[in-house]
Amino acid sequence: MTLLAVERLGVAFGARQVVHDVSFSLDRGETLAIVGESGSGKSLTALSLLGLLPPGAVASGMVRLDGTETLGAPERQLRRLRGGVGGMIFQEPMTSLNPLTRIGEQIAEAMRLHRPITLAAARRRAGELLDEVGFHDAASRLDARPHQLSGGQRQRVMIAMALANDPPLLIADEPTTALDVSVQAQILALLGAEKRARGLALLLITHDLTIVRRHADRVCVMQRGTIVEAGRTDEIFAQPQHPYTRALIEAEPRGRPPPLAADAPVLLEARDLKVHFPIRRGLLRRTVGAVRAVDGISLRLREGETLALVGESGSGKSTAGYALLRLTAASGRVAFAGKDVLSQPKPAMRHLRARMQIVFQDPFGSLSPRLSVGEIVAEGLGVHASGMARAERERRVAAVLAEVGLGEDALHRYPHEFSGGQRQRIAIARAMVLNPSFVVLDEPTSALDMSVQAQIVALLQRLQRDHGLAYLFISHDLRVVRAMAHRVAVMRAGRIVETGTLEAIMGAPQHPYTRALMAAAFGLDGDGPGSA
Amino acid sequence: MRLSPITRRRIALFRANRRGYYSLILFTVLFVVSLFAEFIANDRPLVIDYRGTLMFPVLHGVSEDRFGPDFLPTEADFTDPAVIHAIEAHGWIVWPPIRYSYDTIVKNLPSPAPSPPTWRNLLGTDDQARDVLARVIYGFRISVLFGFALTFVSSAVGIAAGAIQGYRGGLTDLLFQRFIEIWSGMPQLYLLIILGSIITPGFWTLLVFLMLFQWMSLTGVVRAEFLRGRNLEYVRAAKALGVRDIAVMWRHILPNAMVATLTFLPFNLSGSVTLLASLDFLGFGMPPGSPSLGELVAQGKNNLQAPWLGITAFLVLGTTLALLIFIGEAVRDAFDPRKTLS
Repeated sequence: MTLLAVERLGVAFGARQVVHDVSFSLDRGETLAIVGESGSGKSLTALSLLGLLPPGAVASGMVRLDGTETLGAPERQLRRLRGGVGGMIFQEPMTSLNPLTRIGEQIAEAMRLHRPITLAAARRRAGELLDEVGFHDAASRLDARPHQLSGGQRQRVMIAMALANDPPLLIADEPTTALDVSVQAQILALLGAEKRARGLALLLITHDLTIVRRHADRVCVMQRGTIVEAGRTDEIFAQPQHPYTRALIEAEPRGRPPPLAADAPVLLEARDLKVHFPIRRGLLRRTVGAVRAVDGISLRLREGETLALVGESGSGKSTAGYALLRLTAASGRVAFAGKDVLSQPKPAMRHLRARMQIVFQDPFGSLSPRLSVGEIVAEGLGVHASGMARAERERRVAAVLAEVGLGEDALHRYPHEFSGGQRQRIAIARAMVLNPSFVVLDEPTSALDMSVQAQIVALLQRLQRDHGLAYLFISHDLRVVRAMAHRVAVMRAGRIVETGTLEAIMGAPQHPYTRALMAAAFGLDGDGPGSA
Repeated sequence: MRLSPITRRRIALFRANRRGYYSLILFTVLFVVSLFAEFIANDRPLVIDYRGTLMFPVLHGVSEDRFGPDFLPTEADFTDPAVIHAIEAHGWIVWPPIRYSYDTIVKNLPSPAPSPPTWRNLLGTDDQARDVLARVIYGFRISVLFGFALTFVSSAVGIAAGAIQGYRGGLTDLLFQRFIEIWSGMPQLYLLIILGSIITPGFWTLLVFLMLFQWMSLTGVVRAEFLRGRNLEYVRAAKALGVRDIAVMWRHILPNAMVATLTFLPFNLSGSVTLLASLDFLGFGMPPGSPSLGELVAQGKNNLQAPWLGITAFLVLGTTLALLIFIGEAVRDAFDPRKTLS
């Protein structure tokens, strides 16, 4: 008998059907991945299995878990199933744990809800579980609170909680998306080890095909609420049938940056760039120390060149990008086109800004929701070409929108009417309208779906070729970096630990962190279980 | 004018809250009507036709000697039956619906003042024989006008202060915060009593004085919004484009801060109305004789044998404040991003 059987599952918000006709089954010892882009309904499918749908959503069809029909089951029965038969791991470990309660108590609570067990026994068992999920000093960590743990450790606690009652099924909803790449591999290795040791059935919800390829036995590909293709992982990757699956698999960013002229002059040079945020304490707010967000980095960028700045979150790579544009207070020397950026007087700096631009990661946060697209893109012209006639300005805006692949009808519409990828194009248009020669790209593809990432990468490559742009490409994703960069600098804890040409870094990474990044991106070896 | 989709959605949400929407309509009607109080409750006629000449005493005074040789060249007193008689002999008079102004002493009352409601004085008279309905109309107008003026002036100052604090941060913010802490510790009422013993407070002096303390109510919220807003990515993007600080604050951050501000505004407005009423009640408000709701409350308290005074004051103040609160709730809902049209 299969452990989990789903037949003709549907989820609807009122009249809007968001998941329809989803069927699959899952057995012990098996990993099934549901893969799809954001909005494809994969998370709702997972939530409906244990009756956890958000208010307003109604499920239909049939879900049989361990012989029990869960759709429409009474709340008492669902409570027994949740945690008892199906454990759940969510994407964001910070918000999934109660910040006020010690982690030992949270794990013990999960046990005490399901069986009569003394506090002491539950606590002992919690310690064993923590040990099992890779805490070296499990006993002393029982009294830690979530904020004292790193993201990877919190996700380990979530896994321990999900396993507390020995459920035969584990549902992991994007378990590694919120984690740094180097930690992702460890968490996935842990999930795999637990699955083998306990004979778990693992339902893995993800958008990341690399994870699917490495960890899943079978795959369901979801698009717009339906499963368009299902089958064994190796078969699907070898011979995808459905065009959407093919598009997903081929969606990896491709191509190479345009070749760099051998005599390209140096455009930007930073020496010993430092950004320190003071830590103040006490009544008089005396400075007792500093957070060294960027701690003395030096880099050089030639015209038409792309330098990728690679590192995990908190490594200071975005801050370094801001510092180069003088968007945050910094010390050191930044020379751009022969001018010292950090010491320019304000009016001269304003003038310089027309030539150095930035594109941000979050296409939803970087566009003001109250301005039309035309106003957003024209803002820079208002600053740097205030004498320009209105008609000329509109012509320029329309031209740059066309260049990034948006129609003229976009001018009078508002950001919320566009998809993430289109919004990122608008953000690129805003930077491009001033004809800059240097653009900081701060994780411009990280918030986008895989197939859209490839399009944005292609657009950025084309813009670089047409305008001879120099890019500082900030990213943690080496697959995108491979398609974009001439040279790579790896950052960790505010310092550059390794730098070189793309070929050198990819071919023979020296630093262990670089190797971990490579493993996460291309599925190479080099990682093992260990404390995060 | 092209409204942004957010604005349009908010207007739709506001209209969907029927109680708030009708409260706004009713309040607007009452307020607009009370703006023309002189044409509704006045002891001067609206129009006089005397020997073929049209006169408008409601707009400007008319000399009494124009109505016959028996009168002196002083301003006409239209409560004098002799004057009325002289005019009606050679023309006609159009009166406002209520023939008393807020300070008209009603003569020949059926009983000693305060007299109960009659057909002549629909809400009775107060203890100085003045028509209560006329005083309520004028009092409502002055309360609301005062509330509007105080709210908008103090909001403008408060928003500007909060914006600078939040945007600049650091030392500016620190010093400003300490100043506000000290300033808000000032005993407002004592200062007002001291002020009242030096000069007679009027509409404008009260307004300026209360503004000195009221502006702080919004500063905290606006400061927080600007602290948050200056790190928004689209604000960073604007800075990277070289947009000037003032323009960044005005165009990109202020609209965010206005959400919180507009949500508070109706409540601040009702707070200002209450503030004026309570000062009037205590006798530290508008000069004696002015039409004021607070003074009516005080009269109701002093004349418990004349319940129409207290009840009128209660109903008028209560209705005004309730309308403002209903409007405020609807505004708050309209600005709630989680609220959906259904």
